[in-house]
Amino acid sequence: MNLDKIDKELLKEVALFHSIPEGAVNIRKNGEGVYRTSSAEIEITPKKEKSGIDIFVKPGIKNKSVHIPVIISKGGINDLVYNDFYIGEGADCLIVAGCGIHNDTALSSQHNGIHTFHIGKNAKVKYVERHLGVGNGAEKILNPTTEILMESGSSFEMETIQLGGVSSAIRKTTATLQDNAKLVIKEKIKTDENQTAKTDFTVHLKGKNSSAKLLSRSVASGKSYQEFRSNLIGENECFGHVECDGLLTENARIASLPQIDAKNSNAQLVHEAQIGKIAGEQLTKLTTLGLTPKEAEHFIIKAYVK
Amino acid sequence: MLKLKNISYSVKTENGKLQILDNICLSFEKGKTYAITGHNGSGKSTLAKIIMGIIKPTSGSVELDGQDITSLSPTKRAKLGIAFAFQQPVRFKGVTIGDMLSVASKDSATFDDHCNNLSAVGLCAREYINRELDASLSGGELKRIELALALARKTPVNIFDEPEAGIDLWSFDALIGIFKKLKDKNYTNIIVSHQEKLLKTADEIVVISGGKVEKQGNPSDILKTLSTSAISCNRLRGEQ
Repeated sequence: MNLDKIDKELLKEVALFHSIPEGAVNIRKNGEGVYRTSSAEIEITPKKEKSGIDIFVKPGIKNKSVHIPVIISKGGINDLVYNDFYIGEGADCLIVAGCGIHNDTALSSQHNGIHTFHIGKNAKVKYVERHLGVGNGAEKILNPTTEILMESGSSFEMETIQLGGVSSAIRKTTATLQDNAKLVIKEKIKTDENQTAKTDFTVHLKGKNSSAKLLSRSVASGKSYQEFRSNLIGENECFGHVECDGLLTENARIASLPQIDAKNSNAQLVHEAQIGKIAGEQLTKLTTLGLTPKEAEHFIIKAYVK
Repeated sequence: MLKLKNISYSVKTENGKLQILDNICLSFEKGKTYAITGHNGSGKSTLAKIIMGIIKPTSGSVELDGQDITSLSPTKRAKLGIAFAFQQPVRFKGVTIGDMLSVASKDSATFDDHCNNLSAVGLCAREYINRELDASLSGGELKRIELALALARKTPVNIFDEPEAGIDLWSFDALIGIFKKLKDKNYTNIIVSHQEKLLKTADEIVVISGGKVEKQGNPSDILKTLSTSAISCNRLRGEQ
């Protein structure tokens, strides 16, 4: 596998690679798979009819991981990929995805990753995706689409982080939960300059005692624009909680449009949203600890979306 | 030595001017504990904030070891060795207690240091160090962490604005022990408080009333003069 310094930097940021990790790994670069290895417990196979991979996690396995980062290191790439995950009954695994685009050219580059998760009964998945744009070239665009289908008793924890530098992003996530399924999504987004980031969650709480927690924390700087939409639909005796917190600096804008829909009278749904500048009292407290106001602002922002 | 020279502070109101502090002159010596007390609204907290540089006085000056620090920011005063524990601690989403302790101790502290500072306020580091300083903490926990942050600073001047508030489940003796340890290090403690038990432990009590120093002296002399007689309203005094 031929990886240069830029590739390695991107992999370090989006997949926390210091070297190729153990277990199942698939690396996609500039629209093509460049490295693939399966493990005894997790099999990765390329799709035949379209671009992408199928990932099969064997039932009952514990503490195993699969890494499938994508890197784009030039302009003019328009990558579309379909990845399907089949998580066996009772399996417990970590999935690390994410995409980094380095673009120093005049042509924009984009990655559209369409992920579908089939989570078996009582399976437990932690899914981490990190997105990053670097380079002084044209637009770096990321549009992840995620569909999560959760069988009874399964749990899925998703951490989706936009580290910065992404010109435009549209995130669409849908989830359907059967009985006793538990979904937690933690989203952290950082935008600056004229960047835009739009998020759209739809969660169907179909099963009895299913629960979903959506926590979005974002920092918008410069003239950037963020939009958060969510729709939690309670179709049974269930619990859902949406929380959207946004920090604004300079002339940025954040719009939050949470919707909760209790179709069943035993559904309990909550939404909270708070958007604003850094509180003056927080800056004051940090200055009394010896930070300058600028250092205090950086400290708060870094912690907010770390 | 910390000196306040002719400190006055007023704010503009719809009806003109409201004088909050009026010509305050005080000296705070090294290795001594001072309690500032007075009724609600007497200007105690404002005075404490003026020492830290959070509020700029309308007139007068603040001197630390002979240096005029009146125009210095809270950042610079913190670097010169003044710490401040707020009456109402601030919450931060995403910031852990460990993050804050690291800032307070200028990143030089080890886990053991954090452990010592949290233990001093009755909290276990293993349980708290990775928790966020957010709404998941109770008012009492926040207050103790605020005290731990002041301890982590290891500064020669320490200001505590009503440190007893919200520590109902924790012993007063432990709180008094903290002030004693700081004093033993030859640090200056300035404690804004209403609590008689805390006032008793001070070397000197300063009573502020109507923005002025009404009286000052040792606790045995001052405490006996602090009675309900200062309350002007008959009903509040319990008289019919």
